[in-house]
Amino acid sequence: MRIVVAVKQVPDTAEVRIDEERGTLVREGVPSILNPFDEYALEEAMRWRDELGGTVTVMTMGPPQAEAVLREAVSMGADEAILLSDRAFAGADTWATSHTLAKAVEKMGDIDIVMTGKQAIDGDTAQTGPSIAASLDWPQITFVGFVRELNQESIVAERYVEGGCEVIRASLPVVITVLKDANTPRLPSLRGKMKSRKIEIPVWGREYLALPEHEVGLDGSPTRVVKITTPEIISNGEIHHGEPEKLAALLVDSLLGTEVH
Amino acid sequence: MNYYLSEELIDLKELCAKIAEKYILPVRAELDEENRFPREIIEVMAESDLNSIYIPEEYGGFAEMFGGGSMALTVATEELSKACAGVAVSYAANALGAMPILISGSEEQKKKYLPDLASGKKLAAFALTESEAGSDAGGVKTKAVKDGDTYILNGTKQWITNGGEAQVYTVIAQTDPSRGTRGLSAFIVEEGTPGFSYGKKEDKMGIRASSTMELIFEDCRVPAENLIAREGHGFLVAMKTLNKSRPGVAAQAVGIAQGALDEAAEYASERVQFGQRIDSFQGIQFMLADMATQVEAARALVYSTARMIDAGERKYDKESAMAKVFASDVAMKVTTDAVQILGGYGYMKEYPVEKMMRDAKITQIYEGTNQIQRSVIASALIKETAARGK
Repeated sequence: MRIVVAVKQVPDTAEVRIDEERGTLVREGVPSILNPFDEYALEEAMRWRDELGGTVTVMTMGPPQAEAVLREAVSMGADEAILLSDRAFAGADTWATSHTLAKAVEKMGDIDIVMTGKQAIDGDTAQTGPSIAASLDWPQITFVGFVRELNQESIVAERYVEGGCEVIRASLPVVITVLKDANTPRLPSLRGKMKSRKIEIPVWGREYLALPEHEVGLDGSPTRVVKITTPEIISNGEIHHGEPEKLAALLVDSLLGTEVH
Repeated sequence: MNYYLSEELIDLKELCAKIAEKYILPVRAELDEENRFPREIIEVMAESDLNSIYIPEEYGGFAEMFGGGSMALTVATEELSKACAGVAVSYAANALGAMPILISGSEEQKKKYLPDLASGKKLAAFALTESEAGSDAGGVKTKAVKDGDTYILNGTKQWITNGGEAQVYTVIAQTDPSRGTRGLSAFIVEEGTPGFSYGKKEDKMGIRASSTMELIFEDCRVPAENLIAREGHGFLVAMKTLNKSRPGVAAQAVGIAQGALDEAAEYASERVQFGQRIDSFQGIQFMLADMATQVEAARALVYSTARMIDAGERKYDKESAMAKVFASDVAMKVTTDAVQILGGYGYMKEYPVEKMMRDAKITQIYEGTNQIQRSVIASALIKETAARGK
């Protein structure tokens, strides 16, 4: 079983602020981390590798420093890592990103599954996984909370959707996006840390992937972010003090006064 | 203070911090309250290879990568102790249990036991203390009588850390009662050996996540090949073990103290009285300054001792005792002051500092009381002085 896990280096959103004027994320001084959802995808990939044999390759697209998350993934147990990095990749939207990632998967050849987290905590689009599948023309199962079966031919997975669970069988190769419910990601081991310090991580660029300029980076991106704003808080909670009976009456009156029935 | 730790030690420290944050902090109060052994956390540590850091490569460990293992054990124990000393001692007690084999075991014994201890598949414990043999190891009453190719053990060990949880026990017993400490011998006893059972589990003041138990030997037959070193060498094995493990207790004390200092400093930066943060009052500032200075001084002494051991120094009983005495006294002082800074809140179980204060106390007592340590230091000093006079 050859599994690729697509990961992303993201700013630790617990630390992030919005630049009100420019409508962009303030990334300066914010620590970068491995997208937490991708840890579940990585863990799922490693579990099946441990059971069925094979390899787990982590890949990411990003600037040279994105290599850090690949090394972290190796310290957790990934076998190999590939960095997709090129000035030409800068400014990519989800289409250009997933197109580039898909090309890399094709380049690797004979990949059975691509796994990724359900979404990244910076952009929150949840588009890259499905878009990789579209680009590769592979089946996809998104929001996977539990993988029931996996063998060389097919996968049976539970997808947790609002109000229910869909059980889907798909043939391989396949792309799946993984939810937190799937597992508990392991911590790095010292053995893994040792490996992650030594491992050589190849860097693949636009030319190596034989991608034309207009399909990558900003040029290859049909979407433009015009503005990012923080929604204003338009109503505040009210706190009332007093006797329970009076408070109950007040509450009923105010609920009747709203348009919610 | 920057101690210029190697890249490997920094990785180890970060890994322990991650384990502490993810697995220890959320449950430490519960473990303390319920007197519960942290089996799941011990498994996570094993999966992260933490049990291998003091064991040489040829037996499945990583000691060489860390330049010997003492510094690695110190760094790991300190980091884990910041979060919970009870969990940390459950981890470190494996090293204590493995040490007699590491220091004095035969090649066969090392090959048989160390790989499973390195992988964490098995846990270890060290058993010396008895009801009448505490500071005075010569008072050991557990007997081991040779019978053909076995030794028959009879007696009861008390207050054994990791008792009931470990699978491999290094036990000190009397093979020749007429010779006092020179009649002691060390044995490896495996869990499940007929005649070996567990007695009561202790209900302790602190480090309550750790298991502290009685070990009972009733006509327990141990293969003669499980004798460590030779008959009569048990006291020496025990002393070498304790000399080497003491920086571990000291590291535990440094971790507890640092944890308490962090809590106190944070609380003082948020607590407002008389209209201002309490860390703006000099009375609090001076307390925090003294606490921080003491913790740093303790850490410096502990690290220096661990580095001395890793460098291959043969004699370090004095330094090891100094590190243990100083760091544990600091831990007691700093945790008490932390409770004081948090005031009424510090006395409540909602905040972690009262637990830290309870946990700190044991570091002044176990693995040789601080009074015994001072005797060790003084006797080394007297010898050095006499040698200078010649």
